[in-house]
Amino acid sequence: MELSRIRNFSIIAHIDHGKSTLSDRILEMTKAVDAREMRAQYLDSMDLERERGITIKAQNVRVDWRDSILHLIDTPGHVDFGYEVSRSLAACEGVVLVVDAAQGIEAQTLANCYLALENNLEIVAALNKIDLPAADPDRYAMEIEKVLGIRAEDILRISAKTGEGVPELLDAIVQRIPPPKGDADAPLQALIFDSQYDQYRGVVSSVRVMNGRMRSNEKLLFMQTNAVHEALEVGVRRPAPTPVDELGPGEVGYLIAGIKDVGEARSGETVTHEARPADEPLEGYSDPKPMVFCGLFPIEADDFENLRESLQKLKLNDASISYSPESSGALGFGFRCGFLGLLHMEIVKERLEREFNLALIATAPSVQYQVTKTDGSAMICDNPSDLPPTNYIKSIEEPFFKLNIITPKDYTGTLMDLCQSRRGEFDKLEYLSPERVEMHYLMPLAEVVVDFFDQMKSRSQGYASLDYELHGYRESDLVKVDLLLNGIVADAFSTIVHREKAYDYGRRMCEKLKELIPRQMFDVPIQAAIGGKFIARETVRAKRKDVLAKCYGGDISRKRKLLEKQKEGKKKMKSIGRVEIPGDVFISALKLDGRRP
Amino acid sequence: MHPGFGVYVHIPFCAKKCDYCAFATFTDREKLIEQYLSALRTHIRRSVAGSMPLATSVFIGGGTPTLVPAEELMGVLREIPLASGAEVTVECNPDDISTAMMDVYRRGGVNRISIGVQSAVEHVLRALGRTHKPENVRGSVDCVREAGIENFNLDVIYGAAGETLDDWRETLDAVVGLNPPHVSAYGLTVEPNTVLATQPDRHPDDDDQADKYLLCDEVMTANNLLNYEISNWAKPGRECEHNSLYWRQGNYEGFGSAAHAHLNGRRWWNVRTPERYIELVNAGESPESASETLDAQTRKREALQLLVRTREGVPVGSFSDADLDEMAELIQRRDDRIVLTIDGRLLANEVALRLIDAV
Repeated sequence: MELSRIRNFSIIAHIDHGKSTLSDRILEMTKAVDAREMRAQYLDSMDLERERGITIKAQNVRVDWRDSILHLIDTPGHVDFGYEVSRSLAACEGVVLVVDAAQGIEAQTLANCYLALENNLEIVAALNKIDLPAADPDRYAMEIEKVLGIRAEDILRISAKTGEGVPELLDAIVQRIPPPKGDADAPLQALIFDSQYDQYRGVVSSVRVMNGRMRSNEKLLFMQTNAVHEALEVGVRRPAPTPVDELGPGEVGYLIAGIKDVGEARSGETVTHEARPADEPLEGYSDPKPMVFCGLFPIEADDFENLRESLQKLKLNDASISYSPESSGALGFGFRCGFLGLLHMEIVKERLEREFNLALIATAPSVQYQVTKTDGSAMICDNPSDLPPTNYIKSIEEPFFKLNIITPKDYTGTLMDLCQSRRGEFDKLEYLSPERVEMHYLMPLAEVVVDFFDQMKSRSQGYASLDYELHGYRESDLVKVDLLLNGIVADAFSTIVHREKAYDYGRRMCEKLKELIPRQMFDVPIQAAIGGKFIARETVRAKRKDVLAKCYGGDISRKRKLLEKQKEGKKKMKSIGRVEIPGDVFISALKLDGRRP
Repeated sequence: MHPGFGVYVHIPFCAKKCDYCAFATFTDREKLIEQYLSALRTHIRRSVAGSMPLATSVFIGGGTPTLVPAEELMGVLREIPLASGAEVTVECNPDDISTAMMDVYRRGGVNRISIGVQSAVEHVLRALGRTHKPENVRGSVDCVREAGIENFNLDVIYGAAGETLDDWRETLDAVVGLNPPHVSAYGLTVEPNTVLATQPDRHPDDDDQADKYLLCDEVMTANNLLNYEISNWAKPGRECEHNSLYWRQGNYEGFGSAAHAHLNGRRWWNVRTPERYIELVNAGESPESASETLDAQTRKREALQLLVRTREGVPVGSFSDADLDEMAELIQRRDDRIVLTIDGRLLANEVALRLIDAV
């Protein structure tokens, strides 16, 4: 195929700014999908994606536009999945920046644009939703010009919903984004930028051929894993998978090579021919590292093996999940799992519950700490229960993130208060326009993961947006707060917090647990402690009375059945020492923990 | 097991439904009364022909038995063959009681009256959704006595919304002031599918009810009304036979809609509505709605659950010291039996659960 006819691009947009609608419209206008077959958000194929209105996994599709062939490579729209964006960009020569004409550019979109610029990609900017009464394209065009240096008059104005301006956008893509370069006769170099597991076909990888040609039935060498697989099928998505004879330079498509585990066809892998290998692999990218950790425990102890199998299956499709067995005095056997971020954690938990029918308890999210012990040795700790006793700890370092918040200027004050209360260190504040500012902070990740995002959204009435990246580890004055029930540590509730916040945290957890724990046959003291020192205490008073009901009309059966039901209820209790606790207390307490002091 | 044989007769009609009541009673079916009483008589006759034993106790409850013409109610009672000295109780609404009515009852064989006092404090009665005036209670007790019925019970309820401990004390003082042979005091209980269940702000508080229970026991004991079952106090010798039968897993027959019955481990209950009951009885069919037959283990556990509520308690039997030590404050040993302490009476379910677990 002639390289000059090909254009490869991604769409960068904030959640709800209309990326999926634009993708749908492009599919329709290029006649890739019949209007009758059109279902909203065609590319978001996972139910969860469609429900939450976000894209988690990258998808790609080939469409024809006039004499050109366009490869649209979809990108995820959430900060947790930023690494997927960088993968997608590696397969493109340009990006389409979509900005809501009523809201302006958001922090994460901006970060992704900078990423595109760093990769020397051409940016075609479009203001979307111009059909909305609140649209103010002139104003936001000026803003884009200021922050990205794209001239306001070059910014297109479209309505993905009505289709207005979309043909012009497609023309602009052809005119402004350069065609790919590559040598069809050179040894094959193809980049895998995404792999998904399909239960019938095994791993299906998205590939971008840089040089050479890739055909089915060829022996392919995966250069990083140094493994040889046979290409069973190569094809393109139009969007239905369509086998092709070959994929040449600049082309984007898929490869099926009989691989059972996505770990063997990782994103960033270079594929070449076994018979005539390339001299060196393409520049790959490093695997994303889990940033947020929590314990996942089955509510029914019998489900432990199911949970293990389910995690294995999920990992086939999402190599970024990490997990290892963990046992908790309070919750029994489960897994310590690592995630890219909070949304990722939520999505994994939800998929486990929905697709694998498991009832799970998640413990409070934690980050990874670097602990130096008094004997000079170092350890990594992502589970408060593993933290050594205070007198063995010399210092603890925690991950700090660079935070970038874009907000209408009216919310600057309240957001600065929020950042301050989360131990944020102010770096700088810039005006993007007279109305909007960009704030930069350094903040411990532990403070971000809890409910920073929700708080930011609620304080800014939804207008502020956030992007963050790892800055590095720094020493902080951190302590572990334990919660004791009737004198016994309930490990599921142990948390690492900054010393200044420990008292408040302990007090609030004690109050919450007092509300949640049913009265027992004896007084149950609830204590919060740092090391051996108690910092807060509440008491669940002993239960004094149970049912004193009347026996209606000799209905003894009912009385007996009520007691039997009560007996069943008791079986479902988790015991910590002698204290019996319904399973949902853990969920409720840990949920409430979202409001960290 | 209790050697006696009880008969329960259910009168499902009420002038007004109390909003805490979960029992099968109806406020709009008075036109059915005549047919219903006739069905009761037919049903009883059929059982008697089937060699029903002589009743050692009869309890006519509801609903509101006093809503039914007294003569006709006695017509139903006459169908039941009584053992000599049988206890025969009718549950009465204090507003309905008159000397004439009590006269009819006494002549018909009734020798015990149970009066639904509920509270002596007007705002508490209103909170319970009851309509009678507290001062009617004294008058109705006088009627009972004037008619020559010496044995009676006063029913009270504690824990209604807005009832203070002093209100409760007032009720208790009023009750013992009438010198009753027997008092039943029930904690207001939120039953599913009642008006009360839908109004959480009116739900009783456990600690408050515990305090009221303790006060009740104190006042009763001081007046020689001794606790013989968690919610029942009586002058010595005036314990309710019929009630005792239930707690001792005794046998009883049930007549009327929604009435329960028990015979040697088989428990059954009649259809819920009076219409259906009338229809089945008139068609010569059994009005039984459903039944359960208890296996030996379940029966044994049920016996424990019921008996532990009584002053006699349960046999020490196979319970280990460890089982019993765990409940040190809730039970005490009296010879070879385990009896609830007053704290244990408040937590009888908990104790029953543990005893059952240990069986």
